[in-house]
Amino acid sequence: MIGVFGFLTRRNVIIMFMSVELMLNAVNISLVSFSHYLQDMRGQILVFFIITVAAAEAAIGLAIIIALFRNKTTAHVDEMNEMKG
Amino acid sequence: MLPELFFGYFATAIIVLSVLVVTMKNPVHSVMWMLLLFFQIASLYLFLNAEFIAAIQVIVYAGAILVLFLFVVLLLNLREELKTNRFIGSWPAGLFISAALLAIVINAIKSFAVSPTGKYTVEFIQKETHTKALGQVLYTDFLFPFEIASIVLLIAIIGAIVLAKRKMRS
Repeated sequence: MIGVFGFLTRRNVIIMFMSVELMLNAVNISLVSFSHYLQDMRGQILVFFIITVAAAEAAIGLAIIIALFRNKTTAHVDEMNEMKG
Repeated sequence: MLPELFFGYFATAIIVLSVLVVTMKNPVHSVMWMLLLFFQIASLYLFLNAEFIAAIQVIVYAGAILVLFLFVVLLLNLREELKTNRFIGSWPAGLFISAALLAIVINAIKSFAVSPTGKYTVEFIQKETHTKALGQVLYTDFLFPFEIASIVLLIAIIGAIVLAKRKMRS
């Protein structure tokens, strides 16, 4: 919930991105705890893959942020309005 | 009594730290609170008998992803960030949407029913060690997704280089 709040309300792209990581972590916590209580290993396998994909996503997203900052010299989402119709 | 106490501590610490991450004004402070948050989450995993997951949480999240975040925060010059308003104008709408999501999740947890449990009991994992048990499942039943994950990482490496590279105009 905090992650969603941060994603929707912060102005800085980097903080929004960290909120996405927070949401992934919340999912990981719930998966590990359910797999602990149901005594099943598959939930933790899923956590393993989520961490892999989160690492890939962080690399790609931060590369996009760097490219964006180089072109626009701003990290605020409300100043990126080229695509408005 | 003691397990509840530990879980209460970790749950409170995780919630407080994530609020701090989202509301800090300086992005560097946010990253630092996030580092502490990832260590708390790793200790919660240890508490849930998932040593291997706790180890890769520390290595991948705290070691790799967070350092990447810190590099980018330091690379982009964010001086004016400290002076401007942190949140967008319509932040109560975001608060309302996230509160509604929380209500949905709480209602979903209320209808949680215990399904038949698997064979990985606490005693089995302690006898077999968690890494071995996880690896046996990962390399037998989930071998194909594991290979796909490696391709995803390869594509991420290439994509990050292509995106972050300066355009070479000859």
